[in-house]
Amino acid sequence: MSQDLTALRAEVSDWLTDNFPSALKGQAAAIVEASSERDGLEGDALAWRKALAAKGYGAPTWPKEYGGAGLNQAEAKVVAEEMGKVGAINPMVVLTGMGITMVGPTILEYGTEEQKSKHLPGIASGEVRWCLGLSEPNAGSDLASLATKAVEDGDNFVLNGQKIWTSGADKSDWCGAVVRTDPSAKKRDGISFVMLTMDQKGVETRPIKLISGSSPFCETFFNDALSEKNDLLGNLNDGWSVVKRLLQHERQSQTGSGGSGARPEKVEDMAKRYVGTDSEGRLADSDLRGRIVSHLMDDQLHKLTVSRVMAEARGNPEVSAAASILKNSATHISQTRSELNLEISGSQGLGWEGEGFSDVELQNVRDWLWGKAISIYGGSHEVQKNIISKNILGLPETTQKG
Amino acid sequence: MAALNETQELIRDQAKSWVSEQAPIAKFRELRDSNTELAFDQKTWKDMVEMGWTGIIVPEAYGGSELGFLTFGLILEETGRHLTASPLFASALVGATAITVGGSDDTKQAVLPGIVSGEQIVTLALEEGPRHNPVATALAATKSGDNFELSGSKTFVMEGMAATSFIVVARTNGSAGDAAGLTVFHVSADSAGISRDSMSMLDSRGYANVQFDGVKVSTGDVLGTVDEGMELLEVILDRARAGLCAEMHGTASQSFDMALEYLKTRVQFGQVIGSFQALGHRAADLYTAKELTRSCFEAALQSVDEGVDNVPQMVALAKTRVGQYLHEMSNQLIQIHGGIGMTDEFDAGFYLKRARVLETAYGNQAYHRDRYARLLGF
Repeated sequence: MSQDLTALRAEVSDWLTDNFPSALKGQAAAIVEASSERDGLEGDALAWRKALAAKGYGAPTWPKEYGGAGLNQAEAKVVAEEMGKVGAINPMVVLTGMGITMVGPTILEYGTEEQKSKHLPGIASGEVRWCLGLSEPNAGSDLASLATKAVEDGDNFVLNGQKIWTSGADKSDWCGAVVRTDPSAKKRDGISFVMLTMDQKGVETRPIKLISGSSPFCETFFNDALSEKNDLLGNLNDGWSVVKRLLQHERQSQTGSGGSGARPEKVEDMAKRYVGTDSEGRLADSDLRGRIVSHLMDDQLHKLTVSRVMAEARGNPEVSAAASILKNSATHISQTRSELNLEISGSQGLGWEGEGFSDVELQNVRDWLWGKAISIYGGSHEVQKNIISKNILGLPETTQKG
Repeated sequence: MAALNETQELIRDQAKSWVSEQAPIAKFRELRDSNTELAFDQKTWKDMVEMGWTGIIVPEAYGGSELGFLTFGLILEETGRHLTASPLFASALVGATAITVGGSDDTKQAVLPGIVSGEQIVTLALEEGPRHNPVATALAATKSGDNFELSGSKTFVMEGMAATSFIVVARTNGSAGDAAGLTVFHVSADSAGISRDSMSMLDSRGYANVQFDGVKVSTGDVLGTVDEGMELLEVILDRARAGLCAEMHGTASQSFDMALEYLKTRVQFGQVIGSFQALGHRAADLYTAKELTRSCFEAALQSVDEGVDNVPQMVALAKTRVGQYLHEMSNQLIQIHGGIGMTDEFDAGFYLKRARVLETAYGNQAYHRDRYARLLGF
């Protein structure tokens, strides 16, 4: 197998030489930002998006007939590594909203042949953006108590109700929504997963402003919104199993720690810059030093565990039971890093806007505030612990009814 | 669990069944109650030798199997689970490492086959004070002609009463606190001038205070290089710590399993106590720590096997984090069991007592947190 990987590595490297515009090198942040806007890519970035789509490297593990490259996990890792080497990023993850990470894998598993052909190529090519209508004002951690109704009417379902925290809804083409199709059934039994276009009269979105400022989140209102019956994913009234799978994909996508490697400056270097060192080169604030060590150890432990879980899975792409552990661990690391950023930079770390603060200092504040969301979305910290104690450890459930 | 090869799986399975059948925790209780000076059972030791455990890291040329540290760790996890008492770690890992890495061919020839056969028990005599601090070594090795004379004392020497020889860290130059000027010697336990006393420790295992009073050793007994012993010592200590972390994780994992079992069976207020969310979340936290810390001690053992240069950092991470987990888990083992956990009749106390000794050996969590920061340059 390693022989094949070596050959693939060379192939990918050659392909990148021919297709990755060198002007995009070092432009990752700009591309991500442009990708978050509708039709935001132009010039070289647009050409790169098209080249990726043609090769199937935007969704490398998906089958070729649906716009992927038909690679296994190990091969996809090689593609990602080679892209990393030349500073190329895959904009599809941002361009398609929830498409690449959550909707696509779920359609692959539950979709009919017709649904796969209809929806997957648009995601793999980065042309169709998806949002997910899951939470409702009264159905957060207790998602199964959702109230948005869908009633059959000819070839359609007619949707009425409100979703919240629909990330990117105002910029999306399609929405995957969980709705109640049988109000008389037990709460997890009367739910279905439908897909609908966002550009229709019965759908209205409203962005939500957060403590950190503007956000991708929206409220989404369905007033007689229509979803074709052909776009029911999975069986009628069996949407809960689709949702559970979707949420597993979500946890899986949130297991990266975004620790020190992903930040512009190592936390210990930042601390030295603001706090200074003693005569032996140790950080002058010994209490802070101890907590930075703990943070760095958490980060390394997390990364070692991600590698270990991958090695044990031996390339098996199954969603891992370790996802809840890793989601909580990643969240803790990311939030701790943000707290350290603020603490280390003292009053300079408390600015809201204006000239007296560096861009990084201002960004750190917004990241810190935004970061409070990580332990809430995608199954809160507490929900993940429920999953571990119930599903992994086999302890009985008493607190959640229904 | 790291991805294991067939041999490793075989050895782990054998260790698992042997320990639970032949050396379970009940065996340790018998030993503790019998109060023997050696603090291990000869039959247990003989079985380990027969299973080849004493040769796991010894080169094939000297009668070992050279299967490596990760493999040794698999065994130590299992003995850690049942607190199986023996000189396996002290001699076949630490002693064998010292001789293999620092010994001349003559020394290896004279000692390693004896470690493998179990006839020789070679143990590290390092500590002189209550806190792990190798540079503080003061035991003097004075040059006289072609020989050295050792005078001073060592404490907390693992299996010190059973030892047939000691790996002694001594000062040949400079003064206590200097990293330079240390030399490592291999010294026969029956040398004139050595006396030893058993230490009665919390975990009921074998330890000794060892006195050196003008003990004569020759230059042939030097391991590594005179005055540059610190470098060798760090290698020995890091391999020892990596192995110790495997044992510690086994001890913590068994504690976790016992606590989880109790959460599923103990009934109060008409329901099993594991159904209370406060305890369910605590179990989730302890399980999370168990899974995360498994990654770091395995990585430490693998880095030793692969000979990569980040061993010190991996070991500092593992000794800190596995130690921290064992600390918390051993406390929770008692807390979750409530009153029964406090009784000597129940085994929980053995795990708590053993935990603190293991945490302290070769540097506790605070020692290795500081070391980790130094290694990263802050």
